[in-house]
Amino acid sequence: MFRRSGSHCVATFAHDEVRVLRKVAAEVVGLLTDGMDHTDPVVSRLFPDIYPDRPEDSQEFRLYTEGDLKTSKIDQAGAILAALPDEGEGEVRLDGEAAEAWLRAINDARLAMGTRLEINSDTDLGDELDRAVLDDPGSSRVFQLSVYAYLGYLQESLLNALPDIQ
Amino acid sequence: MVGMALPQVAPVETPEIQEVPAEDRPWVTIVWDDPVNLMSYVTWVFQKLFGYSKEKAERLMMDVHTKGKAVVSIGARERMEMDANQLHGYGLWATVDRG
Repeated sequence: MFRRSGSHCVATFAHDEVRVLRKVAAEVVGLLTDGMDHTDPVVSRLFPDIYPDRPEDSQEFRLYTEGDLKTSKIDQAGAILAALPDEGEGEVRLDGEAAEAWLRAINDARLAMGTRLEINSDTDLGDELDRAVLDDPGSSRVFQLSVYAYLGYLQESLLNALPDIQ
Repeated sequence: MVGMALPQVAPVETPEIQEVPAEDRPWVTIVWDDPVNLMSYVTWVFQKLFGYSKEKAERLMMDVHTKGKAVVSIGARERMEMDANQLHGYGLWATVDRG
């Protein structure tokens, strides 16, 4: 988890954390580069219609903006990959700009995973995880839910480690 | 104004309540509630992007959370489109509408 050190946000990641974070960031990059499918709920959550009742206006706006938005999302996921050690454990030190990129990228990853896991406003993550473990402790859902929860804690710790905005 | 006395003299003319024509109404950027974004993150985005005070940002975040949506900025259409697009960059669910 992140803590403040001078003007930087610092975290030490264990081997498994590095592996999971690299995987998650690479999956976001993959999702954004493999020719996006707008019928995919993850894509429509990451790139919402700006005019929900006017599909043509939304489409026209998308034409001008989506390329840049996609590039910035790929860049921010790239900031996670760039700061992490290639493998093994290691320390990550983020300046203000890198911390912002990490926050945005972690958020994109949580949005993608949360949409796939069908997290809704009534979901209790602890209950959901208990249920999944009872069902099959080795399932991919248990892993995905654990990573999703972990990313939430990590994002919160980074928000707390940021210098105050004012 | 509750508890004010009624006017003693009726106004000479009843003021006409004019509906502002749709084309003159400003546009708004709306942020919608979603089950994934952390409350602390949404507050941070409002501070960061709009320069709102922590108090105002938290109030807006709570409106989004409890009422399902909140108007986060008001102005010209192009400006609102830019705000919504930037909010999408942060992963918030934003739309543009006429106020």
